[in-house]
Amino acid sequence: MRPFSYQRATDPGMAVQALSAAAAANNPLTQANAQPLAGGTTLIDLMKLDVMRPAAIVDINPLARGWSAIDPGADNLRLGALAKMSDVAAHDQIQRSYPVIANSLKLAASAQLRNMATLGGNVMQRTRCSYFRDVSYENCNKRNPGSGCAAMDGVNRMHAVLGTSDQCIATYPGDFAQALIALDATVEITGRSGTRGMPFAELHKAPGNTPEIETALQPGELISAFVIPGRWPRSVYLKARDRQSYEFALSSAAVALDVQDGTIRDARVALGGVATVPWRAREAEALLRGQRFDDGLAQRVADTAFADAKGRQYNSFKIALGKRVVARALQQAATMEI
Amino acid sequence: MTAAAPDPKANMGQPVPRYDAAAKVTGRATYGSDMPLDNPAYAFLVTSAIARGRINSFDLHDAKNVRGVIDIVTHENAPKLKESKLFSNGGYAGTTIQPLKSADIAHDGEIIAVVVAESYEAAREAANRVKVSYSAATPSASFDSPGTTKAAAKGQNAQFKEDPQVGDFAKAFEEAEVKVTASYDTPTQHHNPMELFSTSCAWMGDNLVIYEPSQYVYGLKNGVAEQLGIDADKVRVVNPYVGGGFGSRGSMTPRTAIIAGIAKRLNRPIKLVPTRDQGFTIATYRAETRHEIKLGAGRDGKLVALRHEGAEVSSRADAYCVGGTKTTARLYACPNVDSLVSIVRADRNTPGFMRSPPEVPYLFALESAMDELAVKLNMDPVELRRVNDTTNEPIGGKPYTSRSLMACFDEAAKAFGWSQRSAAPKSMSDGDWLIGYGCAATCYPTQMAPAAARVRLQRDGRTRVEIAGHEIGTGAYTILAQTAAERLGVPLEKVAVFVGDSDLPPGPVAGGSNSTASTCSAVMMVCDQIRQRLFKAVMPGDTLTDKAKETIGLSQAPTTQAAKGDRPLDIEKAFDALGAGVVEEYGEWKPDGAPLDSFKAMHSGHVRIVGGAAMKDKIAYAFGAEFVEVRVNRYTHEIRAPRLVGAFAAGRIMNPRTTRSQLMGGLIWGMSSALLEATEIDERTARYVNDNFADYLVPVNADVPGVEVILLSEQDDHINPAGAKGLGELANVGTNAAICNAIYHATGQRIRKLPVRLENIEV
Repeated sequence: MRPFSYQRATDPGMAVQALSAAAAANNPLTQANAQPLAGGTTLIDLMKLDVMRPAAIVDINPLARGWSAIDPGADNLRLGALAKMSDVAAHDQIQRSYPVIANSLKLAASAQLRNMATLGGNVMQRTRCSYFRDVSYENCNKRNPGSGCAAMDGVNRMHAVLGTSDQCIATYPGDFAQALIALDATVEITGRSGTRGMPFAELHKAPGNTPEIETALQPGELISAFVIPGRWPRSVYLKARDRQSYEFALSSAAVALDVQDGTIRDARVALGGVATVPWRAREAEALLRGQRFDDGLAQRVADTAFADAKGRQYNSFKIALGKRVVARALQQAATMEI
Repeated sequence: MTAAAPDPKANMGQPVPRYDAAAKVTGRATYGSDMPLDNPAYAFLVTSAIARGRINSFDLHDAKNVRGVIDIVTHENAPKLKESKLFSNGGYAGTTIQPLKSADIAHDGEIIAVVVAESYEAAREAANRVKVSYSAATPSASFDSPGTTKAAAKGQNAQFKEDPQVGDFAKAFEEAEVKVTASYDTPTQHHNPMELFSTSCAWMGDNLVIYEPSQYVYGLKNGVAEQLGIDADKVRVVNPYVGGGFGSRGSMTPRTAIIAGIAKRLNRPIKLVPTRDQGFTIATYRAETRHEIKLGAGRDGKLVALRHEGAEVSSRADAYCVGGTKTTARLYACPNVDSLVSIVRADRNTPGFMRSPPEVPYLFALESAMDELAVKLNMDPVELRRVNDTTNEPIGGKPYTSRSLMACFDEAAKAFGWSQRSAAPKSMSDGDWLIGYGCAATCYPTQMAPAAARVRLQRDGRTRVEIAGHEIGTGAYTILAQTAAERLGVPLEKVAVFVGDSDLPPGPVAGGSNSTASTCSAVMMVCDQIRQRLFKAVMPGDTLTDKAKETIGLSQAPTTQAAKGDRPLDIEKAFDALGAGVVEEYGEWKPDGAPLDSFKAMHSGHVRIVGGAAMKDKIAYAFGAEFVEVRVNRYTHEIRAPRLVGAFAAGRIMNPRTTRSQLMGGLIWGMSSALLEATEIDERTARYVNDNFADYLVPVNADVPGVEVILLSEQDDHINPAGAKGLGELANVGTNAAICNAIYHATGQRIRKLPVRLENIEV
């Protein structure tokens, strides 16, 4: 780890100012000189590995007074960005009305990490690509733009099959983001000119030719809240992984259905563990609307969701696995008692 | 009694709590890097980013500018060290690849520089700022890489003496009624003990003290002295607690002499705490192996032919191998056996011992093949083992000193509910989960090594036991205290035990599961010397009969007369007769069949282990049987093992509590080995990719909800005075095959490559 300065931001304006002052032009936000510290579960890790080398840390935990509310309203759910994963996962109303959110949080990381990690930090967590996280590998377009990608033909079992480019196949590792993108969440962003809203689906950037640019956040901007419209009691988060707990998804599905009198009025499907960004399977989910659920339909949805998937040497299995996970999640959602 | 402290059965000691339990749970136990040093400097390693090639140059400008940096040591200015031979060739080292000797690089993650600074943080920061220019050559990563060489193990590894053979395998296999031919693969694995590969070195004039987690303080002491070119008496290794070893600390790694040399040059104590990922390349590992098994049997299930061919990866420099055919060729009654072990050389670090080194890969192959044979025969796999059970090993016809294999199968089968299994694959399920039951035999050679001990008894009963054994988490303190307390008739709480210090009488390497048998036998012998001195004082001129020696005990209970026969002797009266306050005895014990140079070798840190299949007129193994329930999700293909049941027999069980704990850990490790653990190698660069605890998976509690250990009574009077068979490496052997056999039962799919992952399942 390299030496850094540490500052506690006691109000949002102070945090925004400290972060924007250190931002430089043409520098991806992940490499900005100042980085916000919330739970620290990704940032400190990457600093120890010398992957992130910020000169200044801006601790935004004091903002939790205003930014950690869990607020289930009649029409929507508002979640403060500094709410802890464990608190949201354990919330009664969220478990009842948004099981996909509660379970995506509960199945992530370990109890200790969930107690520390915040929602905002969680959606911003960076890829687990082994070549990205080990600076002794020179070839990483995300860490070292233009240097190539060691994972492309390396040990890429954990890597993405959707949203990839010839520059980067690193997987977006989180779980909660799949629930947010499925439920059409809005992300509330606090920056120099106040607060703005953005569809959560626009927050993360697929790698394309600039894998170093991971989000649409501008210098100095912080996520202050998430707003999830409607209620989704018929929703499921299914996660397949190598061990029973404390492990990232090989494939996951966030699925939500609105079924009335046996007909699907609305349907949402998002995929995790298989894509470079939180992944909404819009074409696939559209097949469900207006239909009555059956296993054949679930299979067609799953096939459509992975129609454009590209596997590489060690991760091709994720295509077949991902389809089964989607189909099973849909079956579970369709048959769940609510 | 509780599950953690099972009731002792016949020939078992008491399940007393761990001697060091309070120290450990309160954090008072001091590990190597906890030892206070006077004004230490801190070292941080820089390791190579290529596996083969040369260093062109270093750019140390930025690194040297970090405040607090004292020195940066590279091959250009490193202290000169003498070479050490490989452990298995009569030396001390786990590898003969000596870093910092030249610009050449022989494997991924080789130490190429050591940064020394006033603080750990400064050393680490500076290490991050060291820039290295390499000329990289294309390395050979593993079995299938171009550029590897393959040759028979026999003749190039001194410890691999024979490819066991008997009868006429080719003819018998040709004529066999039922045949199985199958190939099996096991992966690279790393020990990952919790305590990192730390080293602290402090000089006092010409004397060096090393604080380091070691499984062999005498080996390390002598090895470092050899490399530094100094008298071994000037070197002391201290480690009262070792945070796990699993074989990784049995032989000397290059780091120790390097740090000692730098400490000498700087005239300052140095503390090195490498990172977790550096631990993957600066110590040893379990190499990947490949096997082909051929089994021929009659319709009655009796084996008529068995061939086991194994291949193992090693480094270019060293012909390390584990050669498990010595076990698999002898496990079952079979008149025609053939075997061959080969070594494949690649651009890798030298592999080394990892918990049950030969048995884990080789029994995985054999016990999987036995299950395949049972399927072909349409025979219960337990019955197949029964049909082929034997009292004598087939190669030389030597008798097993004791063998409770089938008793273990029967006990474990009963506890597991094996009779509830419907034999057909894919015939059991529960909702989303296909259920499979599987089993396998497990075994480990019973081994002993020369050991010395010093015991001091005071008239108030206080007792001090000294032996350079090792507490690697197994319960060494506890059972040594129990042994002395029992032999001297003093209360357990009056016994103080000292291990983990090369200034103590020499003990053996804590490897090959020989520690209990060796150290307890030595302590028993020395306790008997004390008893004899006291008896002689009370009864001068009276020569005790052997029977009396065995039956007379010491006791603090006030008895009015000293007696021979079955009466206890009053300790205080004996001390009065002796006219002393303290009796202290030192003794050196060696097992039957130990070589003539045993005691000399013991002091110079050379291992002289005897036992297992290598004994002259007998063969000694501990046995067990393991049963697992596997669940395979029909949608996600996730594989879980919610129930592990093992029954084990290992001669005298010194303490059922510590024993259960070791065997339980073994079962969990076995599951982990079968389903989770593999070090991934980038084929292009011969570098490890998942060299950290986030990516190298080991089980969490949720993975092992049900683990049951059953201890069987067994008495064996033909192995060692303690009557104990080593069992630290017994339980993690059979689990690999048991799990694959259960996966076959659950899915109908035979998987012959570890670890089994969800993408390997096609339901």
